[in-house]
Amino acid sequence: MTTATDAPPLAPAPEQPPAKPRKPRGRFTPYWLLLPGLLWLVVFFALPMLYQASTSVQTGSLETGYKVTWHFQTYLDALGEYWPQFLRSVLYAGIATVLCLLLGYPLAYLIAFKAGRWRNLILILVIAPFFTSFLIRTLAWKTILADGGWVVSTLDTLRLLDVTSWLGLTEGDRVLATPLAVVCGLTYNFLPFMILPLYTSLERIDGRLHEAAGDLYARPFTAFRKVTFPLSLPGVVSGTLLTFIPASGDYVNAQLLGSTSEKMVGNVIQSQFLTVLDYPTAAALSFILMAAILLMVTFYIRRAGTEDLV
Amino acid sequence: MTDTTRGDVRLSGISKKYGSFQAVHPLDLTIPEGSFFALLGASGCGKTTTLRMIAGLEDPTTGTVRLGDQDVTALPPYKRPVNTVFQSYALFPHLDITENIAFGLRRRGIKSVKKQVDDMLELVQLGDHARKKPHQLSGGQQQRVAVARALINHPKVLLLDEPLGALDLKLRRQMQLELKRIQTEVGITFVHVTHDQEEAMTMADQVAVMNAGRVEQLGSPAELYENPQTTFVANFLGTSNLITAEVADSSGDSLVVKAGDAKLSLPAARTSAETRTGGKVLLGIRPEKISLVHADEAGTIAAGRNRITGRIAQSSFIGVSTQYVIDTPVCDAFEVYVQNIERDGRLTPGTEVVLHWNPEHSFGLDAAQDIDAGTEEEVTA
Repeated sequence: MTTATDAPPLAPAPEQPPAKPRKPRGRFTPYWLLLPGLLWLVVFFALPMLYQASTSVQTGSLETGYKVTWHFQTYLDALGEYWPQFLRSVLYAGIATVLCLLLGYPLAYLIAFKAGRWRNLILILVIAPFFTSFLIRTLAWKTILADGGWVVSTLDTLRLLDVTSWLGLTEGDRVLATPLAVVCGLTYNFLPFMILPLYTSLERIDGRLHEAAGDLYARPFTAFRKVTFPLSLPGVVSGTLLTFIPASGDYVNAQLLGSTSEKMVGNVIQSQFLTVLDYPTAAALSFILMAAILLMVTFYIRRAGTEDLV
Repeated sequence: MTDTTRGDVRLSGISKKYGSFQAVHPLDLTIPEGSFFALLGASGCGKTTTLRMIAGLEDPTTGTVRLGDQDVTALPPYKRPVNTVFQSYALFPHLDITENIAFGLRRRGIKSVKKQVDDMLELVQLGDHARKKPHQLSGGQQQRVAVARALINHPKVLLLDEPLGALDLKLRRQMQLELKRIQTEVGITFVHVTHDQEEAMTMADQVAVMNAGRVEQLGSPAELYENPQTTFVANFLGTSNLITAEVADSSGDSLVVKAGDAKLSLPAARTSAETRTGGKVLLGIRPEKISLVHADEAGTIAAGRNRITGRIAQSSFIGVSTQYVIDTPVCDAFEVYVQNIERDGRLTPGTEVVLHWNPEHSFGLDAAQDIDAGTEEEVTA
């Protein structure tokens, strides 16, 4: 490289070849294509964010009106008062994500490698719940987990409720209005978001790699551990993100399946906005949640090292 | 690897059936230790299935696979002392070249792999790429990694499934020589599956030509080429002119046959068909064994040579030789390749000519077979 630039010119620079100037038509096409999405983002994301940010540092009351006073104390107050709900959100979402992974991975593996002609049917079954509203499905869980219902009485007969109650997940012979119910609801509702990315990344893996591993003295489980699983990590990462992020901001499951002692941060934000009408606190809580998730996700992606894959 | 199991492969009565489709008919095959053995055939002929049964990736429907004295039929692939170079390589994309090559050693619990990996990288001349990922290498380099990854385990047998299929022609030639060099250097039995007859002939000591799940013929490349025993082999390996003829005399060492008004002879020893006087036989002759003279000079042809008259239908000059297609009464597209030593300018399309060749170069085939088996049109059809 250096020799090329240092070399003295042997001859006067040849005349520019009569390059046909490319027609400028189409030069702006990428921007035109970007425009609708960009507009959408500005109107429905950037502007609301700015509005919320400004709300979070306002003081005042509904009667006197709110003014921007750069009152950052709201953040500290919100955090000081609602940290248990924050912790609970992270904990419930975390448990639900792990459960989703444990339930979803084998199923995604089955669909990708073993299902044969049943593949599409199972995929449809995974997606089918989306045809009904989220709310309706969560309400259905209220019936499923109802006191004295067959699910609860079976768990009770099997003495499983003793175990969960020892773990602090249930209380007495109830499942409804306990952490277990909320975690179950979250797991159920976000399971497809785990399965689909897992399936996509598993399905892309060349089956011959598994054969090659076997040919090179790897037993089937070792082949999975050393080849298939590492190659499915992009799916694991996107699946866990797609589950964890919405689950930690969720309030429907805690609202319908939990009691006051299972409130998550989503419930607090919802009631601050809609019931208490304390807009600055609600906005501050939203920002804290967002920052916390962003931080955790960044750390997680760094650790998973997915940029090294593929 | 201190055990003394020999590296020969013996397949006995091995077959594979998928549902009602017989991919491989029961076949017996012995691959001698240390040889470079090629399974040659068009796609779907069962060669890859045979290879996969040796590797343990496919369970045979019947028969046994033995490596040396050991019956490995029931062993899963990870317990067999064989390794495979897969078609399009199947390198692990998430591991670098070193870890790809070390994979087999690590699975067998060997901790210090550095020395062996370095030796392998040297053998395949990839020392500078140890820490790259497979996708950063060219096709030829990936191919060499695949070979190194298999060879490092010192397998009894190395199986190669169309290893050069994804490379361009020039690189393929180069890798053929490379693989041959490596095989000579390590002395391991290589079983090579390919559909490229030229590749099989350049590289292998022994070639088994497969067709429709059966081995058509087994032998050294020269043997297969000079003395094919079925029309498939005659047409699939190079080009053959096949003439349907009637046996006039089958008493001597030489068979005398009649085709049209031409009387031709061929050695009885080079005839794979049952012959009796009055029966039919296919007489085969390779295009480059034939000489061509202008009809005016028919008198100069030595006695005792097979001769046929015809008219040039096409001629194409391809540098080292000129390829003629001749219309003859016995065979309407007789191919003749003439070395461009002294070109006779009169040999242009439409010219009456006489073809003649040494009877010793002819071979005889069973006339009951499909005369077009193994030709390109037949294979692609």
